Amino acid sequence: MFYRENGQFKTSYADDQALLSIKQDKWFIWLVLAVAFAVVPMFASEYLFRAILIPFLILALAAIGLNLLVGYCGQISLGTGAFMMVGAYAAYNIAVRIPELNILVVFILAGLITTVVGMVFGIPSLRIKGLYLAVATLAAQFFMDWLFSRVKWLTNDSSSGSVSAPVVEMFGFKLDSPIAKYWFVLAIVVLFALIAKNLVRSNIGRSWMATRDMDVAAEIIGIRPVYAKLSAFAVSSFFVGVSGALWAFVHLGSWEPLAFDINRSFTMIFMIIIGGLGSILGSFLGAAFIVVLPLVLNQVPIWFGIPISTATASHLEFMIFGALIVFFLIVEPHGLARLWAIAKEKLRIWPFPH
Amino acid sequence: MGPFIEVILGGLMAGVLYSLVALGFVLIYKASGVFNFAQGAMVLFAALAFARLSEKMPMPVAFVLAMGIMVIVAWLIERLVLRSLVNQEGIILFLATFGVTYFLEGLGQLIFGSDIYPIDLGLPKEPRIIFESTFPGGILINIEDLVAAAVAGTLVLFLALFFQKTTVGRALRAVADDHQAAQSVGIPLNRIWVIVWSVSGFVALVAGVIWGSKLGVQFSLALVALKAIPVVILGGFTSVPGAIVGGLIIGVGEKVAEVYLGPIIGGGIENWFAYGLALAFLMVRPEGLFGERHIDRV
Repeated sequence: MFYRENGQFKTSYADDQALLSIKQDKWFIWLVLAVAFAVVPMFASEYLFRAILIPFLILALAAIGLNLLVGYCGQISLGTGAFMMVGAYAAYNIAVRIPELNILVVFILAGLITTVVGMVFGIPSLRIKGLYLAVATLAAQFFMDWLFSRVKWLTNDSSSGSVSAPVVEMFGFKLDSPIAKYWFVLAIVVLFALIAKNLVRSNIGRSWMATRDMDVAAEIIGIRPVYAKLSAFAVSSFFVGVSGALWAFVHLGSWEPLAFDINRSFTMIFMIIIGGLGSILGSFLGAAFIVVLPLVLNQVPIWFGIPISTATASHLEFMIFGALIVFFLIVEPHGLARLWAIAKEKLRIWPFPH
Repeated sequence: MGPFIEVILGGLMAGVLYSLVALGFVLIYKASGVFNFAQGAMVLFAALAFARLSEKMPMPVAFVLAMGIMVIVAWLIERLVLRSLVNQEGIILFLATFGVTYFLEGLGQLIFGSDIYPIDLGLPKEPRIIFESTFPGGILINIEDLVAAAVAGTLVLFLALFFQKTTVGRALRAVADDHQAAQSVGIPLNRIWVIVWSVSGFVALVAGVIWGSKLGVQFSLALVALKAIPVVILGGFTSVPGAIVGGLIIGVGEKVAEVYLGPIIGGGIENWFAYGLALAFLMVRPEGLFGERHIDRV
């Protein structure tokens, strides 16, 4: 009824290969974008921007990056926090040392530096896989933690690695209001999501998925695992690096290595599991879920008038996260994105179940 | 020479404790092919249970009760998590143990509290000086560490016998070799899983009690597992001796690196050195020291 695609004929290759081939999808995406760009800023409060929308967008970007690597290429990484940290400190170093550089260029350069670092830590993936690789990326996590709290040059001689980013300024505008920050982040995230969506349906994306599904078979049909894996690490690290720079510059403002510790890496993994492995949409859903859940968990007991301490709340949060991960892995391994797909299927034949 | 030997000894002692946690990993991997990230959380959970119970009752009773709790945990994990994930890829099972980790960490602290709880096993804490005649200044050694090493050694012996000589041990090895074949000759897969998780719960309890008596029981105990991961990598996922040897190598390597290399490049390298070592090793010999070689077939 609402989601009927009959009568929409594809009469050219361009139609057939369009990003969104169904009209309803197109309208829906335009609607979402219009709401996100125009309607939300009119009504959102400063708290909503600072505590939910901006973190959600930046983490969604990191989740897309991680999803390209884990969900699409099947290379598990427990070092997302480390790569975000590289992006953040790279951007900081560039911005402090070359202040006249446009901030967009700074973010791109930070992303490129993270790409290089990510590829270095991706080299073991050519020799080892699966669980072993998870360990290699954990090594990245611990090494970066150490590096940025010890090597003074990288933090511009600040003590214990804590630094403050300069105010983000672009083409003469200062990004100091929440709305400006929101628009800036939103524009970047939309652009990157579009790039990611197109990448995964190109030949690069298909070579990633073939490697994920069965690496030996992929090699036999002519996909070179070296290129597939390293390109996945490169692209993923670029995304994660940019998101790290955004997280540090736009969301945090001042930070220390602890902001990107191993818990950040784990949270990122949870995002893509709950959102949906191998799905761009899932990265957004997972990020939204993980950002909103702790806030809800803190609010719910207050609504019901049951006071619980912050410690208890954080323990409950751990338990709920844990239970949800197991739940999603067992019941719906493709995460929230799959639930969304099912909902669309149902709408297609609504109101008749057959 | 004296100080160097002290560093080595300190490393060996730390290594023994890493080995204990690594043993838990290896046991479960051997018998079910699951890389159990939750081993650290199990160590924390078991140690918390023991520490809080032993405040109210004598230690042996507390130990038995804590063991009972770990068996229940093992049963629940089998029932609620593993049973539904039979035949999934290793990576999915691995991620599922992440869920178990978070759940256990939250639950353990919710039930037993999240402060630092001491465990006093009544062992002498003062270091002794030995070999005074051989080396100038002698060598400082901790009795508590020696006891820990002895316990770990006994445990390994016990586990080796258990695996080799008992019917259950044979069944465990059969399940490890081939789930389906084991099931078809009448070995109950589910019961085997409960047993193996219980045994690894027992190992976690022992590790937790020993670590706890050194450092006090607190959340950071769960992070010990992160040290045990490079140990199993180095030793090989499927090898009990590998866990021991790997633990000793990592323990000694990291202490020596910290003491002799640390001052040159800024100190605090203990955290990543183990991983660097394991990673370097992986590049040369991906299956670890004693691991089984894995061959891909199309």
